[in-house]
Amino acid sequence: MIETPKLDWLALAPTLALLGASGVALLASVLVPAGLRRAAAALVAFGGFVGAGVLAAILFEESGEARAVLAESMTRDRFGALAAMIVAGAGALSVLVSWGERRRDHAGEYYALLAAAGAGMVFFVTASNLMTLFLGLEWFSIALYILCALDTHRTTSLEAGLKYLVVGSFGSAILLFGCGLVYGATGEISFGAIATGADGDDLLLLAGLAMLLAGLAFKISAAPFHMWTPDVYQGAPTSVTAFMSAATKVAAFALTLRVLTVAFPEQEHLWTVAVAALAVASLAIGNLAALVQRDLKRLLAYSSVSHAGFMLIAVAANSELGGRALLYYLIPYSAMSIGSFAVVAARERQLGVPATLDNIGGFLWERPFLGASMWVFLLGFMGMPLTGGLLGKFYVFAAAYEAGWTWLVIVGVVATAVSLYYYLRVALAMWTRDEPEASSLRPVVAGGAIPRDPLLVTAVAASLAVTVGSFVLVQPLIDLARDAAAALPF
Amino acid sequence: MTTALIVLPLTAALVVWLLPLPARVAGGLALAAMLAETALWGVAVARFDFGESLQLVDRQTWFSDLGVSYHVGFFGFSLWLAGVSIVVCTAAIAYAWWARRERARAYHGLLLFLTGAIVGVFAAQDLLVFYVFFEAMLIPLYVLIGVWGGVRRVQATVKFVIYTMAGSLLMLASIVVLGLSQGTFDLVESGRSDSVWIFLGFLVAFAVKAPLFPFHGWLVDAYRESPPELSAILSGVVSKAAVYGLLRIGIAKFGEPVQDLQLAILVLAAVGLVYASLLAFRARDVRTVVAYSSMGQMSLIVMGLFSLNEIGVTGSIVHSVAHGLVSAALFLLAGMVEARTGGTSDFARIGGLAKGRPAFATLVLIVGVIALAVPGSAIFAGEFLILTGIYDQGWWWSAIGAGAIVLAAMYMLRAISGILHRSRELQPPAGTRDLRPAELGVLVPLVAALLFLSAWPASISERSFPPAPEEAAEVTP
Repeated sequence: MIETPKLDWLALAPTLALLGASGVALLASVLVPAGLRRAAAALVAFGGFVGAGVLAAILFEESGEARAVLAESMTRDRFGALAAMIVAGAGALSVLVSWGERRRDHAGEYYALLAAAGAGMVFFVTASNLMTLFLGLEWFSIALYILCALDTHRTTSLEAGLKYLVVGSFGSAILLFGCGLVYGATGEISFGAIATGADGDDLLLLAGLAMLLAGLAFKISAAPFHMWTPDVYQGAPTSVTAFMSAATKVAAFALTLRVLTVAFPEQEHLWTVAVAALAVASLAIGNLAALVQRDLKRLLAYSSVSHAGFMLIAVAANSELGGRALLYYLIPYSAMSIGSFAVVAARERQLGVPATLDNIGGFLWERPFLGASMWVFLLGFMGMPLTGGLLGKFYVFAAAYEAGWTWLVIVGVVATAVSLYYYLRVALAMWTRDEPEASSLRPVVAGGAIPRDPLLVTAVAASLAVTVGSFVLVQPLIDLARDAAAALPF
Repeated sequence: MTTALIVLPLTAALVVWLLPLPARVAGGLALAAMLAETALWGVAVARFDFGESLQLVDRQTWFSDLGVSYHVGFFGFSLWLAGVSIVVCTAAIAYAWWARRERARAYHGLLLFLTGAIVGVFAAQDLLVFYVFFEAMLIPLYVLIGVWGGVRRVQATVKFVIYTMAGSLLMLASIVVLGLSQGTFDLVESGRSDSVWIFLGFLVAFAVKAPLFPFHGWLVDAYRESPPELSAILSGVVSKAAVYGLLRIGIAKFGEPVQDLQLAILVLAAVGLVYASLLAFRARDVRTVVAYSSMGQMSLIVMGLFSLNEIGVTGSIVHSVAHGLVSAALFLLAGMVEARTGGTSDFARIGGLAKGRPAFATLVLIVGVIALAVPGSAIFAGEFLILTGIYDQGWWWSAIGAGAIVLAAMYMLRAISGILHRSRELQPPAGTRDLRPAELGVLVPLVAALLFLSAWPASISERSFPPAPEEAAEVTP
């Protein structure tokens, strides 16, 4: 008789809710009459994300003290719960953005995969040993590979899926190799045991740590492991891009911080420097490459690389303030990211071609709410007032300074200055009217009317509310982030 | 009270943006909001006790773990700076209404938003709140120049944004460092810092905003390409944010670094003063004259601030208020010239506008003569105090300042005669009439305020800093 570990259902509940939603949506795509499939699947997926969010909130409330569950393969703590809440929120918004995409085939599967990816992420952020880490990573990655390639009639989508698959698998392989080396060096797979069993200067362990970090850097799209990001973000269906840009980042960052602080406190002097180097590379490459982009999704992809750089600064700080800064940053960042991709999606659906700087002219006047919201998101990315983006940067810089990384603050400041150029270019392009190229594209898909998409507008409004709300109501969010970050051993 | 002064224009901006009003109504609504704001400011002045230091304070914790709070309030001098901002913005909105700007709802909403942000800057008593309002000013300015500007607006916008943001981001780094090292971001609670680097971060931001030589690269394009009422706000009011910052943060929070860098700053200011005055003399059109004259006057104000004594600093405040009004009036007049000559204020193409336009000629002459600091004018009062204050640092500073007044007379008189008298082959179109009643309605209050200040400059100089020296020390070292 094999002794089974005691199950902590509440710790698993957010994951199970999403997994269940995924299963039901998948069933719905077979059993429900064809006309209702899309609606049923979307509703189930939305319910799954909302349910997971609520359960994660309960979990947050109930997990004042961190503890290992499920034979120490998972940690039940507020850190994971908060990350799960953000992922769930991002997922729910993505469902709303997806609704208007009017896909004829694979509608049910789309939502099922979205929920499955969410489940994987929610599981991933609680991982506390190398096995569950890898399992969670592959779980949501495979779902995302398929989602990226789901628009089978578009070559760019297929290309994106294939690229993500190849490069992502490469990243996963490196990560797995790293896990293997760490296990080889310590004989342990649990994060906590690795920390105690580690011999500080073991080269095998250090090589493992480096590869682990590289593998995670693929997922957070930190330079120089960002190569897939622009292509995949550009090619994938825009609603998938929105989900990936927010949720994947949240999950990957949360776990990166967890694994580094829990498993490798002894090697702190090494990995903080490595993370700082990644941050500088991301800030430099992301911002410089974004300067020359004309395709909006590509531009936002490079912008997400640069924001990964900012968040890495918070990781490099390796302090409770840094943890708080990272968690706080992720909230407005996710909202701005989903919101801006949603606006891009709206423009694409209106024109039927990818949105570029050349064909968003006059968007602000055609659809004032979406245009103005896009403005706010761009201001947030820049770190301007009235958005949480400013306070996120402020917190990150504060954490970096407190940890003695003053030069990282300077790099961050310079990077922000560079980023203004391309964000403002987008912002200004939306004002200009009657560009010849834009007017040739004016004929809108169905008979000239702008497609109505109330759910997408709702998602944008919610993102807007979070972006601005996180500026005004900082204290509650910081309290959440503080409780969450307190679960990690800094 | 203070919060109401900040929130009123911001709320009005939201209303103008969101309600689907016709353009004329939206503009009227914006103007009504600004008149209400002016009245509210009047109430604030009436309630203000000029014998005391910080008043009308609103304070609320924003986020506690870094010690940041929403903390606003006014000192005597900042209340005057806020007042001149409100008056100038009211005039600007009235002018925009009269000039029927395109997309009026967006335009007026942005102007209102800008007003709220400017008042917020002058009221901020917390470093992060200051930064928030300082940056919030930039957003509407960016759009207003970039969308409603002249032919070369994109270039002007890009220059403006890059200069100002480079400055502000350095300031953000400085704010983070200063706040964390003090343990609080509150300006009242925090102590002094001895770090030259932190001070430099602030100094660059304010030097760009003022602008101080050699950070003035954005100035001419921005002032020339903006709509005239926006140039009025930019030169008259937004530049004063630098004055407030230098005084409230720079001089008040950095004792030693200010002493160390005093000479360097004075040299830059003196160079800027002379250089800008010479450029103003060589300028080819009215707007450029006013732009460089504004830069020169701002340099003089900075000289006054860094005389680091009470007379000089008081002079700077008087001069800031007077210059805010003068500069705004001059840019609006330049706009009125352009409205009559098909959009140009080039000296080679305009002239002879005095003939048959008595009201216009009178106002140009009054404002111009005040601007060149004729004795008895408000500008003269400020300059005199500044020159007296700076004399402590050496007679040559006063000599340079006095020399610049001569240069100011030269470029101002050249501009006045260029607009009014010299007749060119290209006559103004016959249809261009004298000032319309609406234009008079915009200008006359500004000029009246100037004449009032000229008659009684002590209304400001004696009500900027509390008389008790130990309390004044809180602001001036």
